[in-house]
Amino acid sequence: MAPSAGKKRAPPTAEEIDERNMVGVNKETVTNTTSNDYPDNYANEEHAWDKDDFRRSFKVQWHDNQQFEAQFSLIGIDASIANAFRRILIAEIPTLAIETVFVNNNTSVIQDEVLAHRLGLIPFTGSKKVICDVMGFWQKPAEGEDTWSTTFDTNTVGLSLKAKCTHNKDAPQDSKDPKVLYHNAHIYAKDITFDPLGGQSEWFTEDDKIRPVNPDILIAKLRPGQELDIEMHMHKGYGWDHSKYSPVATASYRLMPTIKITQPILGEDAKKFVQCFMPGVAGVEKVTRQEARTPDSGYEGHEGELKVVVKDAMRDTVSREVLRHPEFEGKVKLGRRRDHFIFSIESSGQWDSDELFLEAVKTMKRKCSVLKPQVTNMVYTF
Amino acid sequence: MPGKTKSRCADAEEVADTTMEDAPTSAQQPSDGMQEDQSGNNEEEDEKDEEEVEPQRVRILPGSSNTAASFEFLKEGHTMGNALRYIIMKNPDVEFCAYTIPHPSEDKMNIRIQTYDTTTASAALAKGLQDLEDLCDVVTDEFWTKRHDFMASK
Repeated sequence: MAPSAGKKRAPPTAEEIDERNMVGVNKETVTNTTSNDYPDNYANEEHAWDKDDFRRSFKVQWHDNQQFEAQFSLIGIDASIANAFRRILIAEIPTLAIETVFVNNNTSVIQDEVLAHRLGLIPFTGSKKVICDVMGFWQKPAEGEDTWSTTFDTNTVGLSLKAKCTHNKDAPQDSKDPKVLYHNAHIYAKDITFDPLGGQSEWFTEDDKIRPVNPDILIAKLRPGQELDIEMHMHKGYGWDHSKYSPVATASYRLMPTIKITQPILGEDAKKFVQCFMPGVAGVEKVTRQEARTPDSGYEGHEGELKVVVKDAMRDTVSREVLRHPEFEGKVKLGRRRDHFIFSIESSGQWDSDELFLEAVKTMKRKCSVLKPQVTNMVYTF
Repeated sequence: MPGKTKSRCADAEEVADTTMEDAPTSAQQPSDGMQEDQSGNNEEEDEKDEEEVEPQRVRILPGSSNTAASFEFLKEGHTMGNALRYIIMKNPDVEFCAYTIPHPSEDKMNIRIQTYDTTTASAALAKGLQDLEDLCDVVTDEFWTKRHDFMASK
């Protein structure tokens, strides 16, 4: 019989749990990197999935919420789940993008295929509701079918770009700027016009019109006599097919850094310590009278001297610079919290950044609910 | 040498080009049912199928028993693989769970589940999917309430 049998092991203290979730970042190595919240991993601890337990322990903290950038922390979640959300954000949320380019005329120096590629990458926006709920996926017509048999106002958005570069007769004699010398020398995303098909003129009105997110994206440069006459079809697609369909510019997470000062760092060392980090991460404070009087605090007799305090560990880049200096050896412990994910989502404009994460969670739930009946209907082959 | 091996050798001598019946079948060999699914996909467009009748994308691989089975998922990857693996490992009735993508150019993901006698592998998989759904609900609730609090506090 195991020596501990019969004797109940005490439940872990908050400190112990903290220690378990800490990834050690050392000079040359990392320690304690894998998840351990599984059943049978610790004696007398359950660690089974429980919805209510998860609801109690899971926390979200917001840091920033703008249309094009959202930053928030997911606390108390496993890396596999956080990573699933990140992957869905990048590749599995559909958006509209230019898919087909019909080049009626292109006498510019940019080749048709390069131009088509550039056009595809321009992020567009419009009525979110219509794009999500009304617009569906376009399908290639079957062989022998008419080219447009699958193209409808509910799956295709038409755009066109017509521009001809000409001399500007009113340009000043001494001018050298092509934008002054010629009309339409630079073609921008704002020059693309939306051609509503069918019901689209009612769905995409005024502010909800299909338009480039950034009107100032340069598409091509022309010189007098050169001309662009292009029609485009936008379709819905997924990021796993082509990155132009990805709704995010970036979607990433990092683990919350921790800096633990285990022994006092004082005086000149304190100033050097602060220099090892990004601004705002660490700072210096004067040792208070109370600290100087507390026995075993390490600050005895140092009243008024400068000491190091950690101000905002979240801003740390974990460069480990501090570990290169022998004077700090054994005085500081760097780490990261394994269950604290600082997400950063930058939307490319068709969705709002915060909405995107919600959509990612919804997508994962949908994937599960699609697979559930499939598991029940599974073909048994053994 | 064990007798079994000897008799097999004798068989091999009789038929010069031995039939490889004794060799384990490739786990990756698709069954007839799966092949039908795939050819169906090629003719029609994938997205259309997703909206209409979803083709069967999960099957049990050969060599499985009630408490130890490998499942093959079509059109799934690391996203669902690792998330499912985690949530299934959280199940105390599960002895072992792991996922793999056998080949990067095949859109397939395999999950191996071995359970104790208290449940079956396919029940553990079904519970995993249900738990993952519950997790999504909790994340959605917490995320959106905290977002409202944050926007209100600004």
